Amino acid sequence: MTLEKRNGNVLVKTLIYIVCIFLAVLSLFPFVVMAINATRSTYQIQQHAVSLIPSTHLMDNFKVYTGKSFDPMRGFLNSLIVAIGATALTVYFSTLTAYALVAYRWKLREPFFAFILAVMMIPGIVTSIGMYQFMYRIHLTNNLLSLILPAIYAPGAVFFFRQFMLASLPLELLDSARIDGSKEFYTFNHIAMPIMKPAMATQGIFTFVYTWNNLFMPSILLTKDNMKTMPIMVAMLKGDIYKREHGAIYLGLTLTVLPLFIVYFSLSKYIIAGVALGGVKG
Amino acid sequence: MDNTLQKKRTFSYAKYGYLFSLPFFLAFLIFNLYPTLYTILLGFTDSKGLGNITFHILKDDPWKNFRSILKAPTFALSIRNTFTLWMMNFIPQITLAMLLTAWFTSRRNQIRGQGFFKVVFYMPNIITAASVAVLFNSLFGYPKGPVNDLLVSMGLRSEAFYFMNFAKPTRWIVAFIQFWMWYGYTMIILVSGVLGINPEIFEAAEIDGASDRQIFFRITLPNLRTILTYTLVTSLIGGLSMYDIPKMLNNGNPNNSTLTSTMFIFNQAFAGSYMYAKGAAASMILFLIIAFFSGIIFFLMRDRK
Repeated sequence: MTLEKRNGNVLVKTLIYIVCIFLAVLSLFPFVVMAINATRSTYQIQQHAVSLIPSTHLMDNFKVYTGKSFDPMRGFLNSLIVAIGATALTVYFSTLTAYALVAYRWKLREPFFAFILAVMMIPGIVTSIGMYQFMYRIHLTNNLLSLILPAIYAPGAVFFFRQFMLASLPLELLDSARIDGSKEFYTFNHIAMPIMKPAMATQGIFTFVYTWNNLFMPSILLTKDNMKTMPIMVAMLKGDIYKREHGAIYLGLTLTVLPLFIVYFSLSKYIIAGVALGGVKG
Repeated sequence: MDNTLQKKRTFSYAKYGYLFSLPFFLAFLIFNLYPTLYTILLGFTDSKGLGNITFHILKDDPWKNFRSILKAPTFALSIRNTFTLWMMNFIPQITLAMLLTAWFTSRRNQIRGQGFFKVVFYMPNIITAASVAVLFNSLFGYPKGPVNDLLVSMGLRSEAFYFMNFAKPTRWIVAFIQFWMWYGYTMIILVSGVLGINPEIFEAAEIDGASDRQIFFRITLPNLRTILTYTLVTSLIGGLSMYDIPKMLNNGNPNNSTLTSTMFIFNQAFAGSYMYAKGAAASMILFLIIAFFSGIIFFLMRDRK
């Protein structure tokens, strides 16, 4: 009986491992094909589109990729500016708002928190047309600020920081800072913020990746070529200028996702832990 | 004496609560409430034309745009497409995520390498959706592309297949990409939900001789109710505003079979003749649809105690 059960378990476990390994291959395979094809010539790709052996045409593909009418470095830089700006604003102001909700007792505190929970659920598409017209009126279209400034408002991040603060910010610490004569804003910046560092790092990664990947709002607000961000430029890889230049297309794609792979694999522990926190929300 | 001191303290610090949440609230007014109200207003106007910011309110027939959107066959098609694509990805996604959750949290089968699997399963989620879609467009390329190459060399097909020319395969590719990008995320959320359940309940069930299957359906699932609601609602909102993948994979083609509502709104307001008013009306209708279905989910999954 025990033996039988054990054998059964071995069988089930083997099945589980096979499925998991299959899924892992499924996750990685498209990117492996992409990275290897980035080093192969268009002719080689047309002969055999899948190969596991890198070739020697990386530089040729790079020349084709950068030799066209658009400037991928510009897109990279624009994305970087937007992502860093938006991340800094989201992280700082959301921590500040969460601090207001946790450290102080005020009459509208509970209604304000309920309000944050409600607006968290509104999808961005609902405001996009009004947002465009508003940005157009104040001459912020084709200006990266139009994507950075709205990051001050990030209800999801406020919610995240509030949960973290409730668990790990001792209010006695703030009291003793007051007794030592620390002003409230100083207490936030120099006593509360350092405690919040792990949460700020986690939220920072998510905001950065989200902003970096965003396609919809940038493609509405940025129409000039020299203002475009990386995801909008990816569309050009599909367009006429790269027709039949398969090697260059794969290389272009590899370059757009390379920064994300580096960020992800160096910080994956924190990222997975951050995602898991979403499960505690409920 | 003590009481008055307490009161005084509360009074003197309360203002910082308002002060520190002020930037957030101002940003909400400027970048969310105002654009929302503006969008609603535009729905009742004749606003159109690239860069044209003058408009007139339709006094004689205020609901004209809404009516014309509701009558438009393309809008109805885009709503149907969006739902179909969402269901085609969500059902396999939640099924696989639950299965993996049951496996990874099973106390009898201690699965090793969970950390590695989680990292790899979640990975596609953080990669730029636009790049992923263009990559899949190349992978499913015709006449030469990696997938066709594999199908032909493995003898599954005698010649290459033009995936992007047919509605069903293109839809399945869109749904597959969404599924592939999101099941890892859903799994991690569910696993962390299971880990949050009091372990004593599981121990008691084991002592009572419950099987793995019984434990999963009788204990794990009911305790995951709130998290499942959360997953369902966020996935629905995300799914009904689906844009990046179908747009970049095949631009809604063939024959608008992967045209989603968000793409429809974009095409109304930011392409062609820039009909902001109609786009605004369409986004309000889409918002009502999303709110309606979120409401239903909350109602169905509410705690029946």
